[in-house]
Amino acid sequence: MAVVAAPWRGAFASLRARAARIAEYVTTPVVPSDYLDMISPLRASADLRGRIEEVRPETPDAATLVIRPGDGWRGHVPGQYIRVGVDVDGVRQWRAYSLTSRTDRRDGRISVTVKAIPDGVVSNHLVRRVQPGTLIHLDQAKGDFTLPAPRPRKALFVTAGSGITPVMGMLRNAVDELADVVVLHSAPQARDVIFGGELRRFAERGQLRLVERHTDVEGMLDLAELDEIVADWTERETWACGPTGLLDAAEKQWADAGVPDRLHTERFRPTVVVTGEGGQVTFSKTDTTVDADGSTPLLDTGERAGVLMPSGCRMGICFGCVAPLRTGAVRDLRNGQITTAEPGDDVRIQTCVSAAAGTCDIDL
Amino acid sequence: MTAVISERPDVRPVPDPDDPTAHLTAEDIENIGKELDALREEIIASRGERDAAYIRRVIEAQRKLELGSRGVLLFSLFPPAWLLGTAGLSVAKILENMEIGHNIMHGQWDWMRDPKIHSTAWEWDNVSPSAQWKHSHNQIHHTYTNVIGKDNDLGYGIMRVSPDQRWYPFYLGQPLWNFVNACFFEFGIAAYDLELGKNLQRGRRDDPDFRRRAQQVLRKIRRQATKDYVVHPLLSGPSALHTLSANFTANLVRNLWTHSVIMCGHFPYGVDTFERSSIKGETRGQWYLRQMLGSANISGSPFMHLMTGNLSHQIEHHLFPDLPSNRYAEIAPKVRDLFERYQLNYVTGPLPKQVASAWRKIFLLSLPNDAAERVERAIDGFGPAKLLRGLARRVRLV
Ligand SMILES: Cc1cc2nc3c(=O)[nH]c(=O)nc-3n(C[C@H](O)[C@H](O)[C@H](O)COP(=O)(O)OP(=O)(O)OC[C@H]3O[C@@H](n4cnc5c(N)ncnc54)[C@H](O)[C@@H]3O)c2cc1C
Ligand code: FES
Repeated sequence: MAVVAAPWRGAFASLRARAARIAEYVTTPVVPSDYLDMISPLRASADLRGRIEEVRPETPDAATLVIRPGDGWRGHVPGQYIRVGVDVDGVRQWRAYSLTSRTDRRDGRISVTVKAIPDGVVSNHLVRRVQPGTLIHLDQAKGDFTLPAPRPRKALFVTAGSGITPVMGMLRNAVDELADVVVLHSAPQARDVIFGGELRRFAERGQLRLVERHTDVEGMLDLAELDEIVADWTERETWACGPTGLLDAAEKQWADAGVPDRLHTERFRPTVVVTGEGGQVTFSKTDTTVDADGSTPLLDTGERAGVLMPSGCRMGICFGCVAPLRTGAVRDLRNGQITTAEPGDDVRIQTCVSAAAGTCDIDL
Repeated sequence: MTAVISERPDVRPVPDPDDPTAHLTAEDIENIGKELDALREEIIASRGERDAAYIRRVIEAQRKLELGSRGVLLFSLFPPAWLLGTAGLSVAKILENMEIGHNIMHGQWDWMRDPKIHSTAWEWDNVSPSAQWKHSHNQIHHTYTNVIGKDNDLGYGIMRVSPDQRWYPFYLGQPLWNFVNACFFEFGIAAYDLELGKNLQRGRRDDPDFRRRAQQVLRKIRRQATKDYVVHPLLSGPSALHTLSANFTANLVRNLWTHSVIMCGHFPYGVDTFERSSIKGETRGQWYLRQMLGSANISGSPFMHLMTGNLSHQIEHHLFPDLPSNRYAEIAPKVRDLFERYQLNYVTGPLPKQVASAWRKIFLLSLPNDAAERVERAIDGFGPAKLLRGLARRVRLV
């Protein structure tokens, strides 16, 4: 049978390819998908998009967005994040958000939970202004802040503020697969605890032990207190997500205890910033040249100059901002490392964590 | 005949009745520049969702109109279908070239950071590849607006549109050249984006850069022609020939319309031209002033403005080529007020008047200056020779 079917399939494929070529001749100079996007923006062959179908307030300054992803969505592993492209005041902005939904939802929808930060362009828009029905741009899920298989016998989650989001993604999907779970979460007050009700219910049902730290009353968590709160913390596989200070302290604490491998962190913002001299930056496709200092990411420099800069997490993890460095030198703001390129090299650099380290030419 | 604007603001130049800037001091000019910079900042600060929604709406409407019209043309054998489809397709092509293509390629919408609606990504329904058009239009024409010998848009290299250009017998035919150019305007654009006249001379033809660009143009022509004259007619089956003629007509209408609108931008009476030497060391204020005096508007309804791609606000467009076109109407009264306060001539008029004015110039300047003057006297009676007076006002700004 297969022998007979194969030529048919081949003929069918080549017919389809020809039809696609003709369709391109029909619509040139635009492509057929530009027309299809008007009718069916969520179809499988389109650039991945999603439609926000529900905006659910969680706390005074956080909300969950329930999103119907396009048919091209390939699913996710709990703890992973997606890049979200949303138009704020008419300008396309890309940010990363951790997925908080169950992976087996019958309706196929996904969710992210956003906390509005002061002056935050995208977070405030998503929490306070965005309307159900809005189309947004998405990218497939990424990230390795996930639970291993087999599941660890004992787990600890140390979170603060919006840092609960990837952890909630894991708990909703796998809390019953984890025998012994401690969640240590910090928020200013009880009402600021994102997913507070759900976490407390988990605790009531005995699915986990919840330690809430209300920092307005009890002060910031000092990891030195950890011995009292979770005596066996060194034995626990630990996932931590929260502000830079907390994560830096945790990394030191776990290293000092000789168990650095037990700790997994997810950062929402880039870490240490190393700066130096800047230089003149040329974006050659756009034919734009600007002066840049040695501390501003090339992503910001380009955006300010009106260059179409691809982006995502803006902190060096998603590679959504990669562009070829044609010539010149750039500095990695995380570690000060210098990358140089000679004509023809086209070294691919992450613009969100690279700054000019002299004259440079980016192929954008 | 021309005045030199002194670099010392305290010294007024000797007023020259033929120089429309003679009454301005260097300080005035810099103040004009500052006011326009402030106006620009005001618009940039208020760009937002409303503007983004506008261009997306226009693009969507244009696509629906094009799709619908081409759908109707599948039955173009029936005269009403032919008429309706051709009219719709003509309008769709005009919108695509002007309000959408021209303005996106100017970078007016780059601030949205939408990779589809971006000057580096847009390809338009025209035989000139967008990259080449952007170079000749944005970099040459908008930088050297109305500078004789620098701005190829001034007569497109085949016509004499200022008495300061030397007359050759070749120009006797320019009304005909202009008409032919109007009918096949998209090819005219491609030809001068390629600087075909210059590059076809011996020795240049083999220049690899020219050959590469020429190939790009040929490829674009092939794609465009295949679409309009092969694929869509074939899809129409028995209506093939009618669809072919409809598409040809729509291209013709689009060409005539865009050509007319663009002629109105810089050719009508009252628009000034500039000497090559006048732009050396030009300040920002002087640059603005040159754009103000070198452009002309078309008055009309909002629909007219839309159909001209807001090039009816040519003056505002030349001052701020990269501001979103939907905002020009709002800027126009402020710009006009600035013209009035500095006693400058804001050239504007309804389309038929401006088109006639441009054509009149083209007819008259096909003749040597003295003959043109005699003809003009014969038409207008013994008033002042408007053409030569008006046109010979070569402004020297530096
Ligand atoms: C992998 C990953 C997953 C993430 N998941 C989530 C999530 O699930 N939920 C969520 O709410 N956010 C999450 N974030 C953070 C999110 O991507 C944005 O950074 C955040 O929403 C702020 O964006 P903004 O446009 O509102 O702020 P911006 O306008 O970009 O920044 C405004 C100001 O706030 C500062 N700032 C930026 N980010 C933060 C921050 N996280 N905390 C404090 N100050 C900040 C900036 O330096 C600036 O001064 C995640 C980030 C990453 C990298
Ligand atoms: S934007 Fe994510 S790595 Fe740069």
